[in-house]
Amino acid sequence: MNEAIVRSILLVSLVKVVVLLFLVLTAVAYLVWFERKVAARIQGRWGPYRVGPHGLLQPLADGVKFLLKEDATPAGVDRFLYFAAPLLTMTLAISGIAMIPFGPVSLHIFGVATPLVVANINVGLLAIFAITSIGVYGVALAGWSSNNKYSLLGGLRSSAQMISYELSLTLSVVGILLLAGTFNLSELVTRQDGFTWGRLPQWNLLNPTFPQILGFFCYFVAAIAETNRAPFDLAEAESELVAGYHTEYSSFKFAMFFLGEYASMITVACLASVLFLGGWLSPFPRTPGMDWTLYIPAIVFAISGFALLINAVGYRNMFGRIELAVLGLVLLALSFLCTQPGVIGDVQGPFWFLAKVLFVLFVYVWVRWTLPRFRYDQLMRFGWKVLFPVALLNVVLTSLAVVMRK
Amino acid sequence: MTPQLVIFLVLAAIAIAGAVNVILQRHPIHSAISLITVMIALAGLFLTLESEFIAAVQIIVYAGAIMVLFVFVIMLLNAGVEERTNMSRMARYAGVPLAIFLLIELAYQIGAATSSMSPQPPAEGVTRGLSMLLFRDFVFPFELTSILILIAILGALVLAQRGEGVPAKGGQEKIS
Amino acid sequence: MPISYYLALSAVLFGLGVIGFVFKRNIITIFMSIELMLNAVNLAFIAFGRALGQLQGQVFVFFVIVVAAAEVAVGLAIVIVIARNRQTLNVERINLLKL
Repeated sequence: MNEAIVRSILLVSLVKVVVLLFLVLTAVAYLVWFERKVAARIQGRWGPYRVGPHGLLQPLADGVKFLLKEDATPAGVDRFLYFAAPLLTMTLAISGIAMIPFGPVSLHIFGVATPLVVANINVGLLAIFAITSIGVYGVALAGWSSNNKYSLLGGLRSSAQMISYELSLTLSVVGILLLAGTFNLSELVTRQDGFTWGRLPQWNLLNPTFPQILGFFCYFVAAIAETNRAPFDLAEAESELVAGYHTEYSSFKFAMFFLGEYASMITVACLASVLFLGGWLSPFPRTPGMDWTLYIPAIVFAISGFALLINAVGYRNMFGRIELAVLGLVLLALSFLCTQPGVIGDVQGPFWFLAKVLFVLFVYVWVRWTLPRFRYDQLMRFGWKVLFPVALLNVVLTSLAVVMRK
Repeated sequence: MTPQLVIFLVLAAIAIAGAVNVILQRHPIHSAISLITVMIALAGLFLTLESEFIAAVQIIVYAGAIMVLFVFVIMLLNAGVEERTNMSRMARYAGVPLAIFLLIELAYQIGAATSSMSPQPPAEGVTRGLSMLLFRDFVFPFELTSILILIAILGALVLAQRGEGVPAKGGQEKIS
Repeated sequence: MPISYYLALSAVLFGLGVIGFVFKRNIITIFMSIELMLNAVNLAFIAFGRALGQLQGQVFVFFVIVVAAAEVAVGLAIVIVIARNRQTLNVERINLLKL
C-alpha cells in the first residue's frame, strides 16, 4: 500500500516536472521574442517581422543558429570549469521555477490530487534564494576559466554585483515574512486573500498592516541587478568589456547562458508576482455582483483571437495569413472553452498569475530599454549605500506595524 | 534498503568524494569547487535530519557567500597549481594507508559508541523554535556575533588596503 | 536512520580536513581544510541535536557559520597581504619573519 502511494507520487512529480520543463523552455524562447518586439516598439521600429508571421518563428531560427554555429574552445581554458559554468547557470535558473505555485486547484493525475506546484517545500522561499546564491558561481567561474583578462574582469565584477544585491533581495522579502509568518509560497499566496473595504485586494503590495511598497521597489531593483540586466548590465553589455564573462563562449554554451539569463528573469518575475502581487488571486472580490469577472479570461482570449484573425486578412504572405488565422481560431476555441462550467473555475488562478507575470516582465523589458547604464562604482555605491538601508528601513517599519497591530 | 538509507548513502558518498577531492586537487580553484559540493551535500544531509532552515542558511551563507570569497581571492591572487612535492617514501607508502586506517577507525569507533541514539522529533516547528531560542535565550551571543562581524569587516578593510590607506577620490579603479 | 551514521560521516570528514590541513602547502587550500573541519563539526552538532530532540544544536550551528564567516573574511585579508609581500602562496616559503 505504501509502495503504491510512493510510486504514484513519484510518477505524478515526474509528469509535473516534464510539463514544467517544456513550458519553461518555450516561455524562455518566446520571452526573447517578446523582448525584441517590445524593445523595437520602444525604439520606433518593427522588430522581428519576417521569420514567420510577426517574427513568431524567430526563436526557432535562433535556436537552430545557436546549434549550428562553430563551437570553438579557446586554448588554455580550464576544461572542466569552462564546460561546467554555463551548465550550472542554466540548470540553476530553470530549477528555481519548481517552487512557484501556479494556481490553487488540485489536478488529478493518475488519480492523485496534487497542487499546481512542482515542489511545495515548507521553506520554498529560502530554497529559491539558495539557488540564486549558487548561481553566482556560474558567472565567476565562466569569467575565470576563459583564460581572457576581459572575461575575468567581467566575471569578477558581475559576481561582486550579484552578491551585493543578493543581500538587498533577501532583506526586501523579510517584510512579507513578518506579515505572513511562513516561508511556504502557496501559503504566502493564500494569506494575501481578502479585500480591504470590500474592494481593494489585500495583496502584499497593498497590505492593510503596512503596504510593502518599499519592499517591492527594493525587490525589483535588486532583482534587475541580480540577473545582470540593464541598467545594471555593465559587466556584460555589448559596448563594454567586449561581452564580459561570456566573451569566449560560442554556440550552444552561449545559448545556455542566454537561456539561463531569461529563465532567471522569469523566476524573478514569478516570485515578484507571488510575493507582492498576490500570485494567482484575482483582483476582483468574489461577491455575487462581480460574477462577470469570472469571464475575463474568456473575454481576453476572444479579443486576442479576433485581433489575430483581423490581422490575418491583410498579411503580407500566404504562409503568414494561414498561420495567423489558425492561431486566431485556436484562441477563439480557448476562449469558448473558458466559458464552460467545468473549466471556468480552474482557469482563473493560472490566468491571473500569468497576467501578473507578463506585466512584471513587461516592466522589466521596459526598464531595460529606457534607462541608461550604471557605471560600476555607481552601481556598487547604490547597492550598498542606498538599497540596503532602504531594505533595512522596510524591515524596521514593517515589524513596528506588526507589533502595533497585535 | 529504505529510501532514507539510499539518500543518506548517496549524499555521504558525494560529501566524502568531495572532501577527498579537496585534498587531491592541485589547483586551489578545483579544491574550492569540491568544497562547495561538500557543503551542498551536507545541506542535503541537514535536510534529511529535518533542519531545513539550517540547510538553507548553509547554502545561502556558507556555500553562497563564504566560498565566493574564497573563489574571489583565488582569482585575485591568480593562484597557480601547487608544485609537485616529492613526498618522502615513508609518507607515500606508510602515510596514505595509515591515514585511511585512521579514518576507518574513527568512523567505526564513533559509530559504535553512539549506536544507541535514534532521531527524535523536536517539540515545535523548526523555524519558529529556532527563532525563539535565538532571540530569547541566546540573544546575548547573537548581539556579540553582530559586533564580531563588524570587527571582521573593519579588519578586512584595513588589512587589504593598498599603500597609505585612503583610496583615490572619484572612485577610480586602481589596476596594479 | 541511526544517528551514528551521521556521526561517523562527520568524523571521516573531520579526519579528511585534518589530513588536508597537515599535508597541503598552498595556504588557501589549508584554509579550505579548516572550513571542511568546521562543516564536519556542524554536521555533528545537528546530528546530536536531532538525537536529543532539541533545537540548541541548530542554534550552535548558526553561530559556527557566523564565526566561520568572520574568520574567513579576516583570514583571507591576511592571506592577501602575505601574498602581496612574499609573492608566494607556499607555506614552506613563508618561514622567516624577515622579508
